[in-house]
Amino acid sequence: MNRTEGRVKVTGLATYAAEYPVENVAYAYAVQAQIAKGRVKRVDGTAALEQPGVLAVLSCEAAPRLSGDADPELALFQSREVAYRGQIVAAVVADTYEIARAAAAAVRVDYDADDHDVRLSADHPGLYQPETVNPDLPSETQKGDVEEGLARAERSVDVTYRTPVLHNNPMEPHAALASWDTEGRLLVYDTSQGVTASRATIAQTLGLPPEQVRVVARHVGGGFGSKGTTRPQAILAALASRMVGRPVKIVLTRQQMFDVTGYRTPTIQRVRLGVDAEGRLTALEHMAYEQSSTLVEFAEQTSTPSRVMYAAPALRTGHRLVRLDVATPSWMRAPGECPGMYALESAMDELAYAAGLDPVELRVRNDPETEPDSGLPFSSRNLVGCLREGAHRFGWEHRDPTPGIRREGEWLIGTGVAASTYPTRRWPSQAVVTTRDGDFLVQLAAADIGTGARTVLARIAAGVLGVAPERVHVELGDSDLPQAPLAGGSMGTASWGTAVVRACEELMRDGKEGRADTTEEIKADAKLARHAFGAQFAQVRVSSVTGEIRVSRLLGVFAAGRIVDATLARSQFLGGMTMGLGMALMEETVTDEEFGGFLHRDLAQYHVPACADAQHVEAVWLDERDDRLNPMGSKGIGEIGIVGTAAAIGNAVHHATGHRIRELPITPAKILALRP
Amino acid sequence: MNITLQVNGVPRTVDVDPRISLLDLLRERLGLIGAKKGCDHGQCGACTVLIDGRRANACLALAVAVDGSEVTTVEGLAADGELHPLQSAFMEHDAFQCGYCTPGQLCSAAGMLGEPGPSAVTGDILVDPDLTPEEISERMSGNLCRCGAYVNIVSAIGEVAR
Amino acid sequence: MKPFEYARAGSTAEAVRDFGPGTMYLGGGTNLVDLMRLGVAEPERLVDVSRLPLDGIEPVGDRVRVGATVRNTDLAADPLIRTRYPMLARAVLAGASGQVRNVATVAGNLLQRTRCAYFQDVTRPCNKRRPGSGCPAVAGDHANLAVLGTSGACVATHPSDMAVALAALDAQVHVTGPGGDRIIPMPGLHRLPGEEPERDTVLSPGDLITSVELPPPPPGASLYRKVRERASFAFALVSIAAVLDVGADGDVADCRIALGGVAHVPWRAERAERALIGGPATGEAFLQAAEAELEQARPLPRNAFKVPLARNLIVAALEELAP
Repeated sequence: MNRTEGRVKVTGLATYAAEYPVENVAYAYAVQAQIAKGRVKRVDGTAALEQPGVLAVLSCEAAPRLSGDADPELALFQSREVAYRGQIVAAVVADTYEIARAAAAAVRVDYDADDHDVRLSADHPGLYQPETVNPDLPSETQKGDVEEGLARAERSVDVTYRTPVLHNNPMEPHAALASWDTEGRLLVYDTSQGVTASRATIAQTLGLPPEQVRVVARHVGGGFGSKGTTRPQAILAALASRMVGRPVKIVLTRQQMFDVTGYRTPTIQRVRLGVDAEGRLTALEHMAYEQSSTLVEFAEQTSTPSRVMYAAPALRTGHRLVRLDVATPSWMRAPGECPGMYALESAMDELAYAAGLDPVELRVRNDPETEPDSGLPFSSRNLVGCLREGAHRFGWEHRDPTPGIRREGEWLIGTGVAASTYPTRRWPSQAVVTTRDGDFLVQLAAADIGTGARTVLARIAAGVLGVAPERVHVELGDSDLPQAPLAGGSMGTASWGTAVVRACEELMRDGKEGRADTTEEIKADAKLARHAFGAQFAQVRVSSVTGEIRVSRLLGVFAAGRIVDATLARSQFLGGMTMGLGMALMEETVTDEEFGGFLHRDLAQYHVPACADAQHVEAVWLDERDDRLNPMGSKGIGEIGIVGTAAAIGNAVHHATGHRIRELPITPAKILALRP
Repeated sequence: MNITLQVNGVPRTVDVDPRISLLDLLRERLGLIGAKKGCDHGQCGACTVLIDGRRANACLALAVAVDGSEVTTVEGLAADGELHPLQSAFMEHDAFQCGYCTPGQLCSAAGMLGEPGPSAVTGDILVDPDLTPEEISERMSGNLCRCGAYVNIVSAIGEVAR
Repeated sequence: MKPFEYARAGSTAEAVRDFGPGTMYLGGGTNLVDLMRLGVAEPERLVDVSRLPLDGIEPVGDRVRVGATVRNTDLAADPLIRTRYPMLARAVLAGASGQVRNVATVAGNLLQRTRCAYFQDVTRPCNKRRPGSGCPAVAGDHANLAVLGTSGACVATHPSDMAVALAALDAQVHVTGPGGDRIIPMPGLHRLPGEEPERDTVLSPGDLITSVELPPPPPGASLYRKVRERASFAFALVSIAAVLDVGADGDVADCRIALGGVAHVPWRAERAERALIGGPATGEAFLQAAEAELEQARPLPRNAFKVPLARNLIVAALEELAP
């Protein structure tokens, strides 16, 4: 069975947030702060309001009150304070998009500007240790004595890596279409990775009871975390619609998305590793320095994968955060694991070279019996299997580790390896399954952001019901459906799937209908370390003339429990790896130190991989059984594909050139700087 | 201004603001949501349609400037309910995930298959090359896919190109 | 976008006649519409010249005339261009995307504006967009900006690939305008920023490019090579158009080198050419020539890589072209 919504997607009939046919719709366009810090002195909408077709100007001088406990990133127009350049300070509503956008440019905003600080550094005086890191993990962990471990090491590395600001850049811009009915009930078509949570946030922000709000997101054009939390367009559309008494649509521009829809924090990561004469780690320390806004503390869990990966008797991980005059960073595909594993897996490669060990072998030797930090047993762990299988498929045994010696014409060739990991979690969910005309209807407020949730849930239900998956219809993406958690944290299938299985089991007993709520089941989960693992192998070609880097092969081998749908799973892995390739070689948002905010706010300047970059990407997986996770035995696969890719490519660049570049992205400029 | 376009074979006369793009005209005035707005600057290809048979970014075309043209959107690729071979191949090869870039990929591929001549990766510029995966990848690089479905997109198009 | 009037010109004469204050010509629109949406360009009136009958590619004696509205795709696919000016076809194919090339015109390609991040953002200063407001790129983001021919007022680059090949081919730009017809030899169409970075070219208001004439192809082998970190659909970090003719004696008989991505203009590397012509076609000579050219470079901290990159490219290109 192909993707169940495939036909509507290839015929252009799938409706994304801004595409629902609504009569009499008005258009809103946001006005953004042009200072990085300070206060709005005055907003003058006169010139905008004079333009024909303009319906309203919203700003701190003319906005309805929002709830006092609203998320500061969503508390539009409630304060005169400007926390970052690009923050929404006003908006225009008009009959057409063209009029709204032109009028927005005519809104005059005067500011009192203060000096700003937008630069992250590892010695910033404002650095502090957050209490917890995303989602709710300890900021700091320590086991054993790292200094002692390093002191007794045969070989050690002490290396610092940097990753830049990265933007999710889903293809569908953040958009919302809001309308109020005569009973004061709000309907928002939103770009959302989770309509249940989105409804709660919108209701809370507007001070409404949740049942008065309905959020619909039938199709979502990618999110990668940036649509996992409610974004200001939903609130703005609701406010504007209430103000003008018409449905209001807002589609953020690509440029605006860079400012107000979240991003991955830049990181500075110091990794210290020691290894004894047998190639066993004596110490592992991983410290991450990162930023958040002055509005909200978002502390990415960057060093947490080091709590999971390798057996080290001395293990310390920590995070330091500084609050800058920047937008609040947020989730981007594999927050924590993605940047953290770039540093750890690059450092492991450096250690392998320092110790004269094969990088696969070093990892195998340090594969732990139990989760290193917690001591908990793993539900399953097949990193070694992934490394071995990948090494075999990649022809790793023929690799000469000597860097900088393989050449085809001007092209230097190298290979590299890195491990992948991602936690396997699940959240409580509800689901209902009913019979309908001899078929089955599964309903829950899940989201399909491109993962194929409908298809996967149909397969899961069909497996329990003992019918062909084509006979199961899945309805999701509507907050009026049974509550469900987000498509995020690689938890969707595990969370929703558990509820669907239980609902189907109930239906088998009942004959007509099954309802499930997995809250109690999940509470009873045993304490185990639950993670998916993988290994990625990269071959790169580096031009000695131009410094250009091309990935001539990228292979991922994953151990991620039972794969529910092989086609969809492969697509997810390939997609994650492709995004990881972008992170390695091209993706970077530049922070404007002089004026605040970001530069390169479009897709001509922020390069994501194009078709020509990702020609040789392969993903396979091990047959992994793990019955202690959920009824499907599945692990989440949406994020692990991006974890480790950048390190594998960076390690291959070292193998090709003999040089370590410890700052992403690895560009021709950096390669050329190596050879004056 | 009044303009008339043949949209998917149907003549449409509309009174437009000269500022409106062909993309916004299709999406906001004509109810054709297939062409997508991804960047509004010709940098992502999600809005690709065929204008007089050639693939083009609908976001960069002022509607007034294409007055009189024939425009084919993804909604017009399928003839009489019969999917275009590219549409079927995209489904069979799982050549999309979120689906947002897909209409642009499809229109772009449809246009690309009819484009003669070499590309930036063609060896002998005097010879019109076979559409190898490398050629397809280069020719389709104006259509970004953040889900990273490229490998499947190329195999889907390759099947139709054969 | 501010409201504007739109008119379609029926002839070049009519287009020029229609040109008044606040008017801009609209070709394919792939850059102008983009800039209008950003608020960078705010024409009060657009005169659409894209359908003027200037879309032919035809031999004129031993030369080839390319009409101003020929679409990039058609230029690159044209048998005459592919046979006689393969470097030009390659340069065009290296630019933008298939969709953009289908629409972008020859004249529009020449007249596209810089992709500097500050120029494109109307909320930030830029001397090119708002004369006298300052150039934050010098101290800020200039990683992909110019290293040659810059001024304190502007370090923007010209983004075209096609123009680089045309500069190497000594193409002639035919212009009509309120002041009559004239011919501007490449690379003289574009100007260095100096103290007037708002002026990209030597064209006067109302001037309309009608065609580009290509002289007979220079003898020797030629190539176009473009460097970018994304494998496709990206502006050049540096690009090169090069022609090399080596005589039977092993000496360089003729040589043309033009660079893209390094200057406010497609940069004709005249110093390098002079250093090479009449001398031996050896790797050492190529390197010396490249260094002679790049002595003039004034790199900034974050674009300094373009100097070794341009040097390497010149040397590699000439080595590839040498028999």
